[in-house]
Amino acid sequence: MGDLVIRSEGLGKRYRIGDLPSEYRTLRETIVDLAKAPYRMARRMIRGESAPRTQTIWALKDIDFEVKQGEVVGVIGRNGAGKSTLLKVLSRITEPSAGRVRVAGRVGSLLEVGTGFHPELTGRENIYLNGAILGMRHAEIEQRFDEIVAFSEIEKFIDTPVKHYSSGMFLRLAFAVAAHLTPEILLVDEVLAVGDDRFQKKCMGKMESVGKEGRTVLFVSHNMTAIHRLCPRVILLDEGRIRADGDTSEIIAEYLNADRSEADCKEWNNPETAPGDSTLKLKRVRLLDRNRRVRSSFDIREPVWVEVEYWAFDTAQRFLPILMVNTEDGICAFETAANHDPAYSGKTRKKGIYRSLCRIPGDFFNEGMYSIDVFIRVLVPRKYFVRESNLLSFRIQDSGSGLSVKGEYPKVWSGVVAPILPWETDVRPLSRTGGEE
Amino acid sequence: MIKQDSQQADFVGPVTDIAPSRGWVSLRLRELWEFRELLYFLTWRDIKVRYKQTVLGAAWAILQPLLTMVVFSLFFGDLAGIKPGSDIPYPIFSYAGLVPWTFFTYGLTQSSNSLVGNAQLIKKVFFPRLVVPIASVLSGVVDFALAFVVLIGMMLAYGIVPSVNLLWLPLFLLLAFITALGVGLWLSALNVEYRDIRFMVPFLSQFWMFSSPVAYPTTLIENHLLRTLYGLNPMVGVLDGFRWAILGGDTAAPGPMIGISAVVAVIILVSGTFYFRRMERNFADVV
Repeated sequence: MGDLVIRSEGLGKRYRIGDLPSEYRTLRETIVDLAKAPYRMARRMIRGESAPRTQTIWALKDIDFEVKQGEVVGVIGRNGAGKSTLLKVLSRITEPSAGRVRVAGRVGSLLEVGTGFHPELTGRENIYLNGAILGMRHAEIEQRFDEIVAFSEIEKFIDTPVKHYSSGMFLRLAFAVAAHLTPEILLVDEVLAVGDDRFQKKCMGKMESVGKEGRTVLFVSHNMTAIHRLCPRVILLDEGRIRADGDTSEIIAEYLNADRSEADCKEWNNPETAPGDSTLKLKRVRLLDRNRRVRSSFDIREPVWVEVEYWAFDTAQRFLPILMVNTEDGICAFETAANHDPAYSGKTRKKGIYRSLCRIPGDFFNEGMYSIDVFIRVLVPRKYFVRESNLLSFRIQDSGSGLSVKGEYPKVWSGVVAPILPWETDVRPLSRTGGEE
Repeated sequence: MIKQDSQQADFVGPVTDIAPSRGWVSLRLRELWEFRELLYFLTWRDIKVRYKQTVLGAAWAILQPLLTMVVFSLFFGDLAGIKPGSDIPYPIFSYAGLVPWTFFTYGLTQSSNSLVGNAQLIKKVFFPRLVVPIASVLSGVVDFALAFVVLIGMMLAYGIVPSVNLLWLPLFLLLAFITALGVGLWLSALNVEYRDIRFMVPFLSQFWMFSSPVAYPTTLIENHLLRTLYGLNPMVGVLDGFRWAILGGDTAAPGPMIGISAVVAVIILVSGTFYFRRMERNFADVV
């Protein structure tokens, strides 16, 4: 017996995408099409084909990899890289178009929390229903029922229909059921973003223990911090192909560095193509030094200015620009929002072109590369207008002046940040015996 | 083959093969059996949720055939003067047809919409998709049982005692189930790609009702050969068989007509299952 649980050979998944609708369609064409439609439909139905669409894209192509028993593998990549499709094929939700995968053991997939929950049913009833949907046996659910309820922390409401639950309660219950799945192979897609901080920690803990129990886990996420913590090995997907497969730190650094060029400024001149929606669009983001010059490399002692410009087309929203600053390893160093700007906080915005500036002080970052994600959102109720990762990136360098946090120390100082903090030291004289006087 | 075995040796245990399927595929009924608990839970969910947030609740299960019976008795029984062909009162005659008919049309409608209605599930979880339409049809059994109890009550009120033929009843219920599921499988699979089906189903079930002996007896067709051929509509066999089983020998005894109905129903079910399995591979992408 070997130790493999998954082997994928030449795996591919092709999707058809519809023809772009041509703008100039004559009425005659439309009528002719309509008249032909029943005939075409009948022909297709008999042959079992799907609707005629000419263009196809390969969501996955030539995917080869192996996973050994007990491995915890992260799957990363940009949106549309094929991560979710890979999990769907592995869990047999959809069929591959080419190649083959062999899987040894029961596969449990968690592509979404709360799949199949019914609002009219009580928490108790939903635990049984959802458990069955996720592939648990009735006896198994019975046995773990109390554990699930305790984990979800909703004991009191277990006999209330879930439509009366708050969204947090709902998610906690849904995750609790999912977390108690015990397949040999677990496929997880971005489900950790659930609930408040405390519950998220609990979820992460649960995921870690799943990995330690010797089960095989494939974990898709955009959260590099979580990937770092959970997965020693990472597969990087890019446009449906495997770009890299191996050690987590190396590959995450490669992934994040992939488009680091010209990252001191991103600009959209045409509101049509700019990120955002009809309410709000991103116009420009820039990194500036104290003289308002665009730069992507800063001295460790210098402040860094981040400028965000956007169009607001609607007055009614209390949106906030938010910056998330990440290290090279993809760990979030900190997040900052304009909610402390007195001109800004809690007020409804008017239409216009906005420019927000954030000053990150000098003697703050440690040496290294940092990248910035830009969000523009309303905090409560949660609503995003712009969510762009990796828009800007910059390098912090220590010129060795001896004035930064590490002084004359020549080597690398540890830590994400390198602030100069006030220290106080006093000294008391020693007595002759060496003790205190 | 040898290569296969040497590959198998690399794995920790028995291997499931995931590869593109081509052409007509096997029905994988064993897999369906493995997921019987899910079938149970989905059926249970459909039953449980059906009358939530209604004032009358499960009374609807009785009211639907009952009210239709009243309408039929008025228009067909009194105005049009249709005679059941024996001494059975028209209300009993039509209600005895409406009970299995309601079960059939409920199963047909529910299963046709079942895949689209459970799209979230299909896109996110793997299980044999056949479970979904089967559960939809099965969930109608409770309604059927309630309406059936009322039927027995009505018969006793009219002084009609159910005959021993009643023992055959489950067979005709099964026939109704097979027909509803067979058509439901075809329609639900088609509905995934062509949402036209959704608009077609109400019309189809209405058309089917008037071409089945719900409001009138089959004895209206006097030619024996034609009456037997009428059994090509499987619901004819169901309805005639049902009435025969409940109301006894007074109505026409089911002959070769039911045989024909049964054969047609099985053909619809088997073809529907194969068609469903063939289309299944695209469900998650298209629904």
